[in-house]
Amino acid sequence: MRTAVVLAILVISGTGGDISVAHAMKRLGEVHNFAPAVILRFLGRAFREGWMWIGIAQLALAFCSLLALLSWEAVSFVLPATALSYVTGALGGKLFLGEKLTPLRWAGIALVSAGVALVCLG
Amino acid sequence: MTPPHSHNLRTSVLVALVVVFGSAGNLFFDVGMKRIGALHGWSSAELRYAFIAVFSSGWIWLGITGMLLFLAALMLVLSWADFTYVLPATAAMYVVIPLVGRFVLHESVTGLRWMGVALICIGVALVGQTSPNTTKKV
Repeated sequence: MRTAVVLAILVISGTGGDISVAHAMKRLGEVHNFAPAVILRFLGRAFREGWMWIGIAQLALAFCSLLALLSWEAVSFVLPATALSYVTGALGGKLFLGEKLTPLRWAGIALVSAGVALVCLG
Repeated sequence: MTPPHSHNLRTSVLVALVVVFGSAGNLFFDVGMKRIGALHGWSSAELRYAFIAVFSSGWIWLGITGMLLFLAALMLVLSWADFTYVLPATAAMYVVIPLVGRFVLHESVTGLRWMGVALICIGVALVGQTSPNTTKKV
């Protein structure tokens, strides 16, 4: 039970963190100029976005959950299980960012998720 | 407005940079931590020794640089590309690391891991066939 709860926190907060960071970057708009000074200013602006800090807080929670889980579960269980985050990320992108997932993208995400699990198990 | 083909090229280049910097960062951390060795205890003296060893290692600083560049490239590409496009594409790191492990560091890689690598390659190729941005016109 404890493992299931912490794994759920890990996957949900990791996905939430990634989606919040993606949302913060979308709010800033697209970069067109790739001069180093422009990129640095753009990245500096990103850290003034509230969503960026919400994302960082969630990613920190995910990291702490990962460390906690690794303290009692085997890494060969924990890392393949985190491959679930590709599927929750796809659902989050669709629900919260309004992205359109075609069957081809779903198939690709499913294969990547299974592949990551196998790499971690191997 | 940026032509779509140059937009797709820019997305591919940045995703490739995300994968290269992320893989390099992880590999440098791996080499650095292996050279430092395992922590033998949790006493304050042991932790102080580990802290000094970690932050005086050139490999660890190369790893930190790699991870900062990874983060910058990821943030830039997410400013226009779909999260659901970028996320699976970055899984290519799971392909690069076993390849470098096998052919550069001469580590053994199991059959199960190679099977995973093949699935990731097919999955990333499928995602790569879709539009990088489905939420606005580019």
